[in-house]
Amino acid sequence: MKESMIRGADIVVQSLIAEQAEIIFGYPGGAIMPVYDALYDYHEQIKHVLTRHEQGAIHAAQGYARVSGKVGVCLATSGPGATNLITGLADAQIDSTPLVCITGQVAAHLLGTDAFQETDVVGISMPGTKWNIQVRRVEDIAPAIAKGFYIARSGRPGPVLIDITKNAQVDFGEMNYAPCLGFRSYKVHKPVEQSSIQEAAELINKSERPYVLFGQGVVLGKAETELKFFLDKTGIPAASTLLGSGALSQDHPSYVGKLGMHGNYASNLLTNQCDVLIAVGMRFDDRVTGDLKRYAKQAKIIHLELDPAEINKNVKVHVPVIGDCKESLSMLTEAVDKKSHPEWLAKFRELEELEKEAVVQHDISPTKIGLTMGEVINQINQYKADDAVLVTDVGQHQMIAWRYFNYKKPRTQVTSGGLGTMGFALPAALGAQLHDYSRQVICVVGDGGIQMTIQELGTIMQTKAPVKIVLLNNNYLGMVRQWQQMFFDRRYSFTELNNPDFIKIAEAYGIRAQKVKAREELTEAIEDMLIYDGPYFLEVVVEKEDNVFPMIATGCSVEEVRLS
Amino acid sequence: MKRYTIFVITENFIGILNRITIIFTRRGINIDALTASESRVDGIHRITIEVTTSEDMVIQLVNQIEKVIDVIKAFYHEDEGVVYQEIALYKIPVTRLDGGLEKIIRQHNAKIIAAEPQFVVLELSGHKEQTQELLEILKGYGLLEFARSGRVAVAKRMVTIDDYIK
Repeated sequence: MKESMIRGADIVVQSLIAEQAEIIFGYPGGAIMPVYDALYDYHEQIKHVLTRHEQGAIHAAQGYARVSGKVGVCLATSGPGATNLITGLADAQIDSTPLVCITGQVAAHLLGTDAFQETDVVGISMPGTKWNIQVRRVEDIAPAIAKGFYIARSGRPGPVLIDITKNAQVDFGEMNYAPCLGFRSYKVHKPVEQSSIQEAAELINKSERPYVLFGQGVVLGKAETELKFFLDKTGIPAASTLLGSGALSQDHPSYVGKLGMHGNYASNLLTNQCDVLIAVGMRFDDRVTGDLKRYAKQAKIIHLELDPAEINKNVKVHVPVIGDCKESLSMLTEAVDKKSHPEWLAKFRELEELEKEAVVQHDISPTKIGLTMGEVINQINQYKADDAVLVTDVGQHQMIAWRYFNYKKPRTQVTSGGLGTMGFALPAALGAQLHDYSRQVICVVGDGGIQMTIQELGTIMQTKAPVKIVLLNNNYLGMVRQWQQMFFDRRYSFTELNNPDFIKIAEAYGIRAQKVKAREELTEAIEDMLIYDGPYFLEVVVEKEDNVFPMIATGCSVEEVRLS
Repeated sequence: MKRYTIFVITENFIGILNRITIIFTRRGINIDALTASESRVDGIHRITIEVTTSEDMVIQLVNQIEKVIDVIKAFYHEDEGVVYQEIALYKIPVTRLDGGLEKIIRQHNAKIIAAEPQFVVLELSGHKEQTQELLEILKGYGLLEFARSGRVAVAKRMVTIDDYIK
């Protein structure tokens, strides 16, 4: 054996360092122990955070990736360690989050024998990853990690899983790390076709009621400035998807609201009145479009999109503009006329007033005794930093927090959009916070979701991550209860929760905690929380049976958006 | 609903076929036939998939297939756009051989490729309609076994693998 040879486990860690990974979220176990043993020697070059469950590790890596724009890294053992990553992989796949997950695997000679903690994680994770691979030989470790990082972060980002057998981790090999710069079956950069820009510009220039819908593609493509310049020049009203929030400051004059099932009234309704629809980095999710047969049928549709498979997937488009939206938006800005649309914009503002009277009033300045989720978020807005990150779970609180949070900066929105994963928020907030201890990270979560990953309070305790946790407690699985009320004759089937004393739980983890039941205590509690130097747990008891409006019920058209 | 041939040019990696077939499973599309083979270029495989579906669906399937990282290129053609062939084998008991069968073999251009004391095996290459026709006839001759391959096909379009791996 040559002296330059090192163990495969060291190659794993050195490869991660070569890819400039700063932090690993993980959980040890038998088949990954050699890598953990190697990590012991590198603690000055790469940080490792021990979560309390592998699902916590992967959601933390997602939170880290979403706020940093870097690849999140996750480490787990074989068998149950690997299968516990699956929800996070599926979540990252549907929300285009770049991850590299490394799992240990039983030794190559035991593969296929039902060995202890053996599972076919490559097979199981195939539909939920952008790419995955099993590495059985030490010499294949570094190239696989290089390729994995390249695939995860390039093009439309996504999760990658690399399964490394134990023998490969303990065998000795050479470390000659070469970053991956591309390969023939995966062409990332497709230049934007000038002809498609011309066609799009002609439609936009002739249009009287153009409308922009922007999604997370703008954030992933780092095209926030290009979007702003395009809107500055054209004066076109623009609305955001759930994951697009933050790509454009809500203070921008073109900003007209949020799209989808629980988005804003005007922004949904007027989708069916525009004459040209310009979709930027969004994928016409069913939660955005409602009934496709009655979606923007009157409009010519332009779709700026990196992933060709998204073109015509849900909505037939007239002008596809395939490519990086950072590039296409600036080309389009060049090609369009300077214009403004005061009358068309006024229409949005008019309808906004209706929403204010019918919904917002009740949500943020309620007359009822019970606190509403909306007023909590509204109070947070008063004291939060401009670049504060909002991390939410899934359900009523997610929709309300999204509706009322005042987004001003990119990468301030972290939530499980496509998959709708309850339990996402707490670990994701931890990951977001560990990227930058000095940034305000506010985790808004419901009493259902928090109990799916509540063990991660332990990781928050151990890392001292100063996450501000706001538990909006209505003792219900609120969104399901709302549907039961509206569509299932108030048959509240298994949605009421008998909850523990959350304050005691937080305090048991050494986390400062406070409970608010009355309106007059709210402001001070939020102020206290946001200035506190360290993790903080604020439980707010909210109205038990409040509903989220506006709403486009399943199967309805965007123009059937309801205010009550 | 129409018959389409999907061509997939891929790297020769473990699991690639699985990655492609799950795209069909997810959308509930039945694969009529599938063949995989080496291509003219070392290390590159080609997979030919026959499906009966709508054009909208076949476009989406092809887009999704092409998104698979190790797929170099995917495209589709209607029957008019491809030259294709299938091979069928028919196992017939010798007890049923008579002059009528000779005529059938001649008419269909079939071949006897194996003769054993108890049976003979006929082979016929052609389009499905042709092999199907012979199948129907041979059912009257105590057909013991029948097997038909998936379609092997080449596109009429003058594009080669080299154009995709440039």
